[in-house]
Amino acid sequence: MLVTSVDTLFNWARLSSLWQMSFGLACCAIEMMSTAASHYDMMRFGVIPRPSPRQSDVIIISGTVTLKMATRIKMLYEQMADPKYVISMGNCSNCGGPYWEYGYHVLRGVDRIIPVDVYVPGCPPRPEALLEGLMRLQEKVREQGKAVDLEV
Amino acid sequence: MLTEFSHVFAFVILAIIFIAGGLVTSKLLRPKNPNKLKLASYECGEDAIGGSWVKFNIRYYVVALIFILFDVEILFLFPWALVFKPMGWLAVAEMFTFIGILVVGYIYVWAKGDLDWARPKPFVARLQDVVQVNTLKVTVGSEELESVG
Repeated sequence: MLVTSVDTLFNWARLSSLWQMSFGLACCAIEMMSTAASHYDMMRFGVIPRPSPRQSDVIIISGTVTLKMATRIKMLYEQMADPKYVISMGNCSNCGGPYWEYGYHVLRGVDRIIPVDVYVPGCPPRPEALLEGLMRLQEKVREQGKAVDLEV
Repeated sequence: MLTEFSHVFAFVILAIIFIAGGLVTSKLLRPKNPNKLKLASYECGEDAIGGSWVKFNIRYYVVALIFILFDVEILFLFPWALVFKPMGWLAVAEMFTFIGILVVGYIYVWAKGDLDWARPKPFVARLQDVVQVNTLKVTVGSEELESVG
């Protein structure tokens, strides 16, 4: 009982301050920036852009993951402090997007190098979609470490 | 008995407890999964080249010191601009005296060459500059050798 309460407290603390690593890759990054700006106001969910992976909890892969960038993304993800979460934003980072077939330089999905928690579809996703993804991630964090009731 | 200064001591103790408490609590609670990549120095995702203990040129120190001097001068100019009108000519004279003193220092620094980034190499006296050197002519066989003695 006590352990569950402590877990709930920790999860609540984590989901209420999901600091985001400010990291933009392609046109999705523009949508991410406008999500952080005043109209959509990502900060009301406790998501604050941080300049360093040491201070951030969630990395939003916002755009095309080129092969050249993939090693850097892996490095940045590894340098983030635990617990860390990943949001894959847009079709490019979900699966390669329009580069799926002929993109000789694009990684087919960022989940080939780092574990992804939430996929946000769209090309690019609207800010509302990213906010939805963030809220889904918050729901996921709220339930983490708890026993899952399986409905048979 | 509590003196006035013991309040400061109480603040010091509170500050230590506050900071140490935060650090110890987070040390107990946080997950700890270090690996080689995580412990590497952060260089925007690139591999870091060289160590982070870089030597800075000592001339930065002089330039920074002079900069702070004139920075503070500007700082004093702002409140002066506010009281300038009610104080009248006295304020003008005071500020010009103050700036005048600083200008003397500025001219001194300039004349000493501390504002030049690429300074000429300092003159290091060698033995030849101090001692009068006699040139001895030594003849060995038919060849004439020149030697310094």
